[in-house]
Amino acid sequence: MQYQSQAVAKPYFIAAIGLFIGQILFGLVMGLQYVMGDFLFPEIPFNVARMVHTNLLIVWLLFGFMGSAYYLVPEESETELHSPKLALALFWIFLVAGALTVLGYLLVPYAGLAKMTGNDLLPTMGREFLEQPTITKVGIVIVALGFLFNIGMTILKGRKTSVSLVLLIGLVGLAVMFLFSFYNPVNLVKDKFFWWWTVHLWVEGVWELIMASILAFVLIKITGVDREVIEKWLYVIIAMALITGIIGTGHHYYWIGTPEYWQWWGSVFSAMEPIPFFMMTVFAFNMVNRRRRNHPNKAAMLWALGTAVMAFLGAGVWGFLHTLAPVNYYTHGTQITAAHGHMAFYGAYVMIVLTMISYAMPMMRGRAAANSEKSQVLEMWSFWLMTVSIVFITLFLTAAGVLQVWLQRYSDAPQAFMVVQDKIALFYWMRETAGVIFLIGLVLYVMSFFVGSKDPEAVQV
Amino acid sequence: MSGTFTKSMARNIFYGGSAFFVLLFLALSFDTTQALPKRDNRDAITPQVALGKKVWEENNCIGCHTLLGEGAYFAPELGNVYTRRGPDFIKTWLKIQPTGTPGRRQMPQFNLNDEELDAIVAFLKYSSEINAAKWPPNIEG
Ligand code: HEC
Ligand code: HEM
Ligand code: HEM
Ligand SMILES: [Fe+2]
Repeated sequence: MQYQSQAVAKPYFIAAIGLFIGQILFGLVMGLQYVMGDFLFPEIPFNVARMVHTNLLIVWLLFGFMGSAYYLVPEESETELHSPKLALALFWIFLVAGALTVLGYLLVPYAGLAKMTGNDLLPTMGREFLEQPTITKVGIVIVALGFLFNIGMTILKGRKTSVSLVLLIGLVGLAVMFLFSFYNPVNLVKDKFFWWWTVHLWVEGVWELIMASILAFVLIKITGVDREVIEKWLYVIIAMALITGIIGTGHHYYWIGTPEYWQWWGSVFSAMEPIPFFMMTVFAFNMVNRRRRNHPNKAAMLWALGTAVMAFLGAGVWGFLHTLAPVNYYTHGTQITAAHGHMAFYGAYVMIVLTMISYAMPMMRGRAAANSEKSQVLEMWSFWLMTVSIVFITLFLTAAGVLQVWLQRYSDAPQAFMVVQDKIALFYWMRETAGVIFLIGLVLYVMSFFVGSKDPEAVQV
Repeated sequence: MSGTFTKSMARNIFYGGSAFFVLLFLALSFDTTQALPKRDNRDAITPQVALGKKVWEENNCIGCHTLLGEGAYFAPELGNVYTRRGPDFIKTWLKIQPTGTPGRRQMPQFNLNDEELDAIVAFLKYSSEINAAKWPPNIEG
């Protein structure tokens, strides 16, 4: 660790991992409710588990992004963080607000939560992923502003690199696009239209900038390849991301009451969205092959290559699978969507955060560059268990989705939703099994922070 | 990437390309808002529909159901449930939840009053009449 203040990233990463565990537990609850419909009913209805699952995901990824920024920006800017105190204060505010919101979901009926938090004043609740009470949303904006101020001031006073600049653009974009979550007109079509400005333009827009810049940073560090080369790649990748991804929003405007020309705009541009993800894969492998040193943190290298591959598979391949309008006509809102959502989120954003944690955490815990051999071996086991599990979750959900589309949407005698769900239950059981293995991988991941921490550091080979 | 293609060229493509496509997207979005009145069934939006949307949101129906294909995939599509089942079924259905059938997926009891029930039905009727380009493919949603 080159700058003292980089250490504020540590609580962010710890919180991220803690919430990640919670996310997976609620995923498993839902997975069971899919096949045992009355499991934990009425204590935890499916919708509540789902809110907790997805909101924890988003919140821990945000913790991960913020932690990454607090670690990355001082090092890139070659200066201490503007205010470590502010960073720590915002950490606690965000954690408490997040915990209260999740407790609210679990302890109060949602309608009651809406009443308690004054949803009437500015109704923003009850929309997928944006279920947070309006006051929580305001809190998120405040935390984001303080965070951006802190990061921005640090960049301003220090060295300005392309990596930190791209990260900053991504983070500002994240905050700006979130503002659309406050717009909730009665007109359902307009509501949906602008809802995607937050959701799509996050994951297929500004978050890609965040991902690419973190990946670039870690690759510079572990491969020692010339910064000029890496930053050139970075710009080309994010250029492609925004050139394809912005108009690509149109792939959500096929069937929600928007004009039908979106079927063309959306299909053509979103069909090109895999390009930046493919470039990230080529980029990561290229840089590793051209490495000038063998960094002792092999686990971090594995995560970096893994995220590049899995993001391409989940977002690129599984995204392409259902993005053309004539295909999406049948797959829209089925298990195909869920399959894609899982692999894309995991491959791109879970794994990039874990890459950064893997790279940075050893230094923040007093190592010179890497954990012990033993700890790294365990971490790499957890990598494979989680990654292979998510591949299987995706495959099982895809199989379920294909059957669902066939039986409910495509065949000559379409069957009712619940009838079809019964027929494909086997695949949901298999998904749940893969989910349990994912959890085991996650437990190993947490253990890797404790096992072998007394052993000597792994050395360069 | 070869030596003639420099970092500053890459940066310019990023800024130029992004700016161009942001503007194009804004233009298309503006055109969409102009075209919406013919498709989005806005004439049907009454105070009752507005209340219905509020009831819909404040009970998080989207956490189990899809509406025009967006939401959760645990329970049936409701964008066309008005056509599939009709108003009386929907009201009765909401009143008799949960079914309590062992092992079957459950929907909670929301204790909605008559005004709210009528509002939900009005909202679902309005939703079913949005011109969604012939989606869903059939009545089962
Ligand atoms: C916890 C999950 C859950 C929530 C929340 C939920 N539902 Fe349901 N809903 C279900 C399930 C599961 C079914 C199918 C049950 C069955 O067939 O036995 C269903 C069925 C329905 C049906 C009948 C659909 C058909 O085609 O037969 C209607 C109408 C309905 N729900 C309306 C609503 C409304 C309105 C809300 C919000 C106020 C809501 N639901 C919230 C789970 C939920
Ligand atoms: C890392 C990047 C990505 C992430 C995290 C991601 C995530 C998701 C999620 C969670 C959904 C479901 C949204 C909902 O609940 O309604 C979704 C939908 C969708 N995604 Fe992605 N996605 C990514 C990239 C892509 C790409 C590159 C493509 C196209 C090539 C794509 C195509 C689609 C389509 C077409 C849908 C709509 C599915 C439907 O109609 O139900 N996605 N995505
Ligand atoms: C490991 C065990 C997991 C299980 C059993 C599980 C299960 C589920 C279930 C049942 C849903 C709801 C689907 C529906 O709407 O009907 C869901 C949604 C979702 N989960 Fe998971 N999940 C798991 C892990 C993960 C992981 C690791 C991630 C992130 C990478 C993730 C991200 C999501 C997202 C983004 C959604 C919303 C999907 C959409 O709207 O299309 N889940 N999950
Ligand atoms: Fe999208």
